[in-house]
Amino acid sequence: MKRFFAQFYIWLLLIVLYAPIVFIAVFSFTESKVLGNWTGFSTRLYSNLFTGEMHGGGSLMSAIQNTLVIALIAATVSTILGTIAAIGIHNMKGRGKQAITFLNNIPMLNPDIITGVSLFLLFVFLHVSQGYVTVVLAHITFCTPYVVLSVLPKLTQMNPNIYEAALDLGATPFTALRKVLLPLLKPGMISGFILAFTMSLDDFAVTFFTRGTMGLDTLSTYIYTDARKGGLTPELRPMITIMFLGILILLIIINLRKARAARNAA
Amino acid sequence: MKNTENIIEIKNISKSFGDKRILNDVSISVKRGEFLTLLGPSGCGKTTLLRILAGFGTADSGEILINGKDITDMPPHERPVNTVFQRYALFPHLDVYENIAFGLKLQKVPTDEIDRRVRRVLKMVSMTDYEDRDVDSLSGGQQQRVAIARAIVNEPKVLLLDEPLSALDLKMRKDMQIELKEMHRKLGITFIYVTHDQEEALTLSDTIVVFDDGNIQQIGTPTDIYNEPQNSFVADFIGESNILNGRMIKDRLVEFAGHEFECVDEGFGEDVDVDVVVRPEDIYIMNRLEGAQFTAKVKSCTFKGVHYEMFVDTDKGYELMIQDYNAFEPESEVGLIIRPADIQVMHKERTCNTFDAEIISEDRVKFLNTEWECKPQTKFAAGEKVKVEVKFSKVELIDHPEEGTLAGEVHFLLYKGDHYHLTIRTEDRDDIWVDTNDIWDKGDLVGINIAPKDIKIIKCDE
Repeated sequence: MKRFFAQFYIWLLLIVLYAPIVFIAVFSFTESKVLGNWTGFSTRLYSNLFTGEMHGGGSLMSAIQNTLVIALIAATVSTILGTIAAIGIHNMKGRGKQAITFLNNIPMLNPDIITGVSLFLLFVFLHVSQGYVTVVLAHITFCTPYVVLSVLPKLTQMNPNIYEAALDLGATPFTALRKVLLPLLKPGMISGFILAFTMSLDDFAVTFFTRGTMGLDTLSTYIYTDARKGGLTPELRPMITIMFLGILILLIIINLRKARAARNAA
Repeated sequence: MKNTENIIEIKNISKSFGDKRILNDVSISVKRGEFLTLLGPSGCGKTTLLRILAGFGTADSGEILINGKDITDMPPHERPVNTVFQRYALFPHLDVYENIAFGLKLQKVPTDEIDRRVRRVLKMVSMTDYEDRDVDSLSGGQQQRVAIARAIVNEPKVLLLDEPLSALDLKMRKDMQIELKEMHRKLGITFIYVTHDQEEALTLSDTIVVFDDGNIQQIGTPTDIYNEPQNSFVADFIGESNILNGRMIKDRLVEFAGHEFECVDEGFGEDVDVDVVVRPEDIYIMNRLEGAQFTAKVKSCTFKGVHYEMFVDTDKGYELMIQDYNAFEPESEVGLIIRPADIQVMHKERTCNTFDAEIISEDRVKFLNTEWECKPQTKFAAGEKVKVEVKFSKVELIDHPEEGTLAGEVHFLLYKGDHYHLTIRTEDRDDIWVDTNDIWDKGDLVGINIAPKDIKIIKCDE
């Protein structure tokens, strides 16, 4: 009996968690304009999505492209900046180190809306015309702390003599960085990059405030604007389903890799 | 002019972290091909000195020459030295072969030569079949072999070893000691070895430098250091010893433990306070009392494998440690003999506490950054700079630091047969020496009081 309730509880939890996404996935296979009306099975919305034969199709495609490009640039730049910062912080001592680590944590706890508004005000104050560049800069700003946080533990775990050993064997500081330090930090940098990439994909508030008035859209702002203009474009339903599946597969791959790494280590 | 015999000249190196002096004007010359050990308790500055030699730390003052060339400001990657680190510091992302080849690849050595040299050192450290192994899959001893191979493959002029065996278990450590010694002989390069293990130092070294508190206590061969320690710290740190207060009556005659003994030391003067060291294996113990220089009663007797270790109370109330192949029953009366050559007489570093002081008023004087009450006096005016002397036995220690005029920590303790001689370090890093019968442990926090009558004020230039 106890077992039954335990099972029941976990399934209830999973249903509540996944009902919305399953709901959208199911209704991505019907043509109805209004979500919730079943007008028979069809894959028409999927083909529309890929051929672009839909209302506002071009701007959806450019929004997707913007989202990916911005996320890629932001994740790359913040991985570089964050790694350098983490090495710097790791080599600091005492009070200063504590203070910087603390300052690094604040942007992550700060509500997005505050980050967004303050960046908006900063760009206005500096007379930077807002658009692509400001969105990228803003994303780099809020992604970097996550990279710092993923790389720092790798540095703390590392035997402090390893870098010195490289210098001792005749490596210049730069060679030691390239041949020893970076390979050892790579796992942390990769997880930092993935984290930054997803944070950037996910972001709405900061993008909304820094994209300016030139009509730059990422996926999140596109969906938001679209939903406000009388209902969601039906083709977004298959798109959301595809994205969900994509993330699911990615997660499974990451977990499999982790399990394999754990087995190898054992 | 180049001195070709000494490969390394360490000249007047000093180093502080904050207000803590780690190295104090250290000078050492290292001969070509020598196995030199820096020996001392943890925190004595030996590792700091090694790091300065390797280029990972900089000295505040002083200079280092290798082959007559000043390398004081040379970055680590340009120095002709290689280091074996305490915790191996192998590169975990590279396999054994790549770890060892790391330095050679950087020097752009041709591939076939790299291959030859790597295989040669692998053979030397008996790791021939391990070249493709992941370094994390190796045992501690194997990792240390790889670390040594990685350093010696570059054929450095000097090999620096930072407590390389401290992470290994006892058996493995003994085996590696023999291998290291053999390696040193084969390679013919200079080894500078850091350790806190006195036995390891005695086994391996040509020369030992004993460190304490950033100061060199003694430099010498293992037998010199063991048989003729220059001060009570060295005598206490190296091996077991009985250290007693003594008095040099005249040349070749010394008094300690309440008896006069013939010895071989000369030139101390007459009637001079000294420290006397007698190794526990150098005291002859027998059941006969006639013919003995003095007698004692056995307190305890413990079997130690090769020998028995006994503590005895002498007829004059001193406790001595004795090692002998024969066991003597506790409570039995025994006769003791010490041969003249086995008595090591040392100059006392100090016979009483002396501090720089300033007169505050008639009955107050300031020293060690603290005001003390003293006997009323009119000889010195307020503000006058003077010196203060306090006998070791007149310093009173109490359990509660806050109840003392001054607080301090027990920094070093030495048993002298019938009392303890303690070094108390104050918060301002000044030292006070105390003789006491009470038992304290290293690291105890204590309060320090001195009775006004025991503070002796003398003129500065006396």
